[in-house]
Amino acid sequence: MDPEWSREVQVPSTSAPDAPGTARRWHILDNGPQLAAKGLAPAGTLLCVHGNPTWSYLWRTLLAAGSDPAHPWRVVAVDQLDMGYSERTGTFRRLADRINDLGDLTAALGLDGPVVTVGHDWGGAISLGWALAHRDQLSGVVLTNTAVHQPAASKIPPALRLALHPAVHQWGTVTSDSFLRVTHSLAHPPLPADIRAAYMAPYRGAARRFGVGNFVADIPVDGTHPSFPALTGVAEGLRGLDVPALMLWGPRDPIFSDRYLKDLVERLPHAQVHRFEGAGHLVAEDRDIASPIFQWLAALDPAAAARPAPAAEPATGAEPWGAADFRPLWSLLDEQAAGPAGTGMAVAEMAADGSTSRQLSWQQLDRKILDLAAGLAAAGVGPGSRVSLMVPPGVDLTVALYACLRLGAVVVVADAGLGTAGLSRAVRGATPDVIIGIDRALAAASVLGWPGRRISVRDLPAARRRILGVETSLDTLGRPVTARPEPHPGQAPDKPAGQAGPDAPAAVLFTSGSTGPAKGVVYTHRQLAAMRDTVASTFGIRPGSRLVAGFAPFALLGPALGAVSVTPDMDVTAPRTLTAGALAAAAAAIDATVVFASPAALRNVVDTRDGLDEAGLKVLARVELLLSAGAPVPEPLLAAVQQLVPAASLRTPYGMTEALPVTDISLEQIRGADAETAAGNLQGGGNGVCVGKPVHGARLAVIPLEADGTAPGTVPVTDPGVTGEILVSAPHVKDSYDRLWLTQQASAGLPGWHRTGDVGHFDAAGRLWVEGRLAHVVTAPGGPVTPVGAEQAIERLEDIRLAAVTGVGPAGTQAVVAVVETVPPARRAGPAAPALAGSVRAAARTAGVEISAVLVVPAQPTDIRHNAKIDRTRLSRWASRVLAGGRPGTP
Amino acid sequence: MRVLVTGASGMLGGAVARLLVDRGHSVTTLQRRPSGVDGATDLRGSITDAEVLKDAVRGQDGIIHLAAKVSFTGRAADFDNVNIEGTRRLLAAARAASVPDFVFVSSPSVANSGAALVGLGAGPADPARAHGDYARTKGEAELLALAADSLDFRVAAVRPHVVWGPGDTQLVERVLARAARRRLPLLDSGAALIDTTYVDNAAAAIAAALDRMDRVHGSAVVVTNGEPRPVGELIAGICAAGGVPAPSWAVPGAVARGAGAVVEKLWLWAGRQEEPPMTRFLAEQLSTAHWFDQRRTRELLDWTPAVSLDEGLERLAAYYSPGSASLSNQ
Repeated sequence: MDPEWSREVQVPSTSAPDAPGTARRWHILDNGPQLAAKGLAPAGTLLCVHGNPTWSYLWRTLLAAGSDPAHPWRVVAVDQLDMGYSERTGTFRRLADRINDLGDLTAALGLDGPVVTVGHDWGGAISLGWALAHRDQLSGVVLTNTAVHQPAASKIPPALRLALHPAVHQWGTVTSDSFLRVTHSLAHPPLPADIRAAYMAPYRGAARRFGVGNFVADIPVDGTHPSFPALTGVAEGLRGLDVPALMLWGPRDPIFSDRYLKDLVERLPHAQVHRFEGAGHLVAEDRDIASPIFQWLAALDPAAAARPAPAAEPATGAEPWGAADFRPLWSLLDEQAAGPAGTGMAVAEMAADGSTSRQLSWQQLDRKILDLAAGLAAAGVGPGSRVSLMVPPGVDLTVALYACLRLGAVVVVADAGLGTAGLSRAVRGATPDVIIGIDRALAAASVLGWPGRRISVRDLPAARRRILGVETSLDTLGRPVTARPEPHPGQAPDKPAGQAGPDAPAAVLFTSGSTGPAKGVVYTHRQLAAMRDTVASTFGIRPGSRLVAGFAPFALLGPALGAVSVTPDMDVTAPRTLTAGALAAAAAAIDATVVFASPAALRNVVDTRDGLDEAGLKVLARVELLLSAGAPVPEPLLAAVQQLVPAASLRTPYGMTEALPVTDISLEQIRGADAETAAGNLQGGGNGVCVGKPVHGARLAVIPLEADGTAPGTVPVTDPGVTGEILVSAPHVKDSYDRLWLTQQASAGLPGWHRTGDVGHFDAAGRLWVEGRLAHVVTAPGGPVTPVGAEQAIERLEDIRLAAVTGVGPAGTQAVVAVVETVPPARRAGPAAPALAGSVRAAARTAGVEISAVLVVPAQPTDIRHNAKIDRTRLSRWASRVLAGGRPGTP
Repeated sequence: MRVLVTGASGMLGGAVARLLVDRGHSVTTLQRRPSGVDGATDLRGSITDAEVLKDAVRGQDGIIHLAAKVSFTGRAADFDNVNIEGTRRLLAAARAASVPDFVFVSSPSVANSGAALVGLGAGPADPARAHGDYARTKGEAELLALAADSLDFRVAAVRPHVVWGPGDTQLVERVLARAARRRLPLLDSGAALIDTTYVDNAAAAIAAALDRMDRVHGSAVVVTNGEPRPVGELIAGICAAGGVPAPSWAVPGAVARGAGAVVEKLWLWAGRQEEPPMTRFLAEQLSTAHWFDQRRTRELLDWTPAVSLDEGLERLAAYYSPGSASLSNQ
């Protein structure tokens, strides 16, 4: 840390504990003099307030960033009185005093011009107290792991309860340095010894720790606490605070967990929020917070923000439902219920024995949705409420989903395909107000401590309800309380009150997490409706179509398309449990015209085709369209599927959770592109999976890849053969990433485009070829290597089932490694035998890739959702270890 | 151009001298045994003999210094004398004779403390942490050589990594001899990535350094084929070329490293002259990754390897194939 920043200030005190005329000695870090000496004019001042038991040292990265001539900001980081290297006053200073103290300090410093406050821990509340009292010069607020309010329904965190316990408090916070040590231990990864020592330095000896103990004692645990009014004043004052706000959060915090973030987001709904998954209480140590803060400051106009601004636009738009160009997701469902098909089947579920276990007509479905919406509204679920749906695809999920959407609630769809840990992370991050779940999901919610009120699907016995903390059930909520008149034919059914606008958030879906923790993806009602329209126009699915939904995301779209939908008998969390028999039974139930299935499901259908009887073959022969999405589908698998559905057009749309679908291609088109490529008369053909042309309404381009494997450019191109990061622009692209402001900034950095994080190129016919993930590009000395082309070449070898090409070593000079799963599988993971290595190397060479090492694994680590996406991050870590001379173990 | 090559009786020194002769340079070779390089003026003598050195450097335009005591074992004083003092004297003689350019052929082991090397560049020599007398004394010598660098007396260090080829006694013959007697285990799984240098590539890189002194002087560059391979596969390739079975048994690397250290000490204590069956240095070489970032090397030297690893193995196989002319020459 630069010693030039450290200074002391004598500050006349006006706070209650001090006699008039008292002056207090403050220690602060201040880069102001340094900026002046360099002749740099700061854009404003960051006023940084630490919590307990840290000191201004916490903000050293902000001081360094503020001194950068590229973006000069004065940074004043204070040591609060009785803390850090500031005076030990011998007084007990409460929250109101500390807010006043900070005002005394800024007055003594003569701090004028725009100020952005930055706070951590209890320093957050103090910084906000200062902010509310200095509204005229306030330009923005930055908060990191803090709180201003104890949500009524919850207890204060156990760690604080312990620290406050009379038997522990004095010893734990003052007599010993336990409270300091415990706090320092909350860093992930652990703090290096020198940084730990720096945090400890001003607090050596009990005499220097009274402030630490008083701070803890000043936590308002309930309404009778002396500091409760001051904290409530801050908390309520926030609701009117319309300056830009940034919240940077480490969710692995036993004290200021996600529920406090949720409380703050509700008070400052316009705030930009980024949760650093895996970071904890000391988020400023765990992650680089200076870069995002200065990125955010760059977009801030301090002068404009400091002016009293008109009230910010509410997050939910004011546009009425009736807008001409917008038809909500359920409009076709309404029409079907009101029309001649009203008594015909809308949704069905299959039982294991091949019969229909449940089914609803369009009218019944519509009625149930409206009844449940009314029941949910009566239970307090309304616009903006976040409702986590943990119900397997089928009738119950369909009803719950459309009921929530009609209410304006935001559905959170985190599926078991994320794995238990991933699912838990996703639910905590999304902080649902309500969890609607089947028994198993509610049990998990209970064990894993997920937030939110609990609603079961079925009525549960009282004891079970108590154990799971369940308030009520969908069955109960969906029961009509009073008889409602049936709507007249042709008249729109009554709609529940309080809907959100078309541009309000409607759903949070989750990425599969193949490149890091699963990300929440927010869609508005308008974007969901656009997705429906894209699917309808691209694939010609319309009212009257009858579809088997063997792929969860599309199962929910059926009713929105006006199509009859049936869920086959399968474990939807494991796609490869769909058998040919179950598929045929589902198709027979509705005389299906369309089948949706993931590649893993199709593989199993092909593997179990011998179980089909004559009738089953006949019903599948009537299928007109088969869609497979979620992962690339190898051509041989498609060919085998085609034999089962000889009349169907086989289509493999490409897309991602953030935009579904993006392109479309049929088996014939794939064969055509491959043939042209093989004949050598297609410029840009090959080196990847051909995914076809953009769907209706979508535009595609790439940002060319540089030698270092990144795509920093700003000019989208579509020239054939140019490899780059794939960009998509379409009305059905997601709105934002949920509480991942930095990720959102990166993905939407080019106005009008979504950066997909995939890499690929176009051929001369305008078709897109996908070459892999940007994060998986190997940076070999000869230039970047995209994995898919070489993987395809390797997988064409007789004895290889799945190949992954990855890199080991430093960026720019990586050694290219192929990790292969063989047929039959290897017993142990390790280097490939020389003969196999030789043939893999030769195969990769045909795709222009030089392989250093070939490793075999008994089974590739794949994701649960698709059974197809190889966990390359894990694989690459494993390969790095093995190839450095470590023990192979299992990847 | 007149060039002095020291240590030309070794495989690499001979290859360098031959390459320079082929390119039309006037080459003098200096070592204790005959160099066997046709077309070169062969001086015989010790690198530690000041009078010999004075004669050898006279009138030269450049010096390539390869002569060294290369061994896993031996008395420390012998390494000091040949590798450090020999280099010091040669540098002094060269400067006294106003030879403008000096290429010191070194080894990546001078900067290696035994940890895995994964895609690294050429770090500074660190004799204090080097493992073994060879690496320590070559490190000291490299520091001496680079410290002497100036515009009038340009010095560069080239560190080829694990040089092998037909006639190589350091790696190839040892691997083949041990494998033939089933005394060569794989360490761990044999997955550690090792980069090596085919002898012709190393020679070309050293010659390129002399051509590119304007850019390379004052620094050290690591030279390899730029083709890291799992060590087990590499050894299997060498064994296949030599017509002996590849090792089929493995021991944990940590055990081998520990055992190697003990064996080294016993060998020295017993005063045995031949190489011990396992040394700590060898165990480290065979059980941890050693490969390097070649981008800067190739840019500075304006050189790329002409012989790929696979082609090198083919040439090795041809050399060992029964009835091959090269073998019957031996």
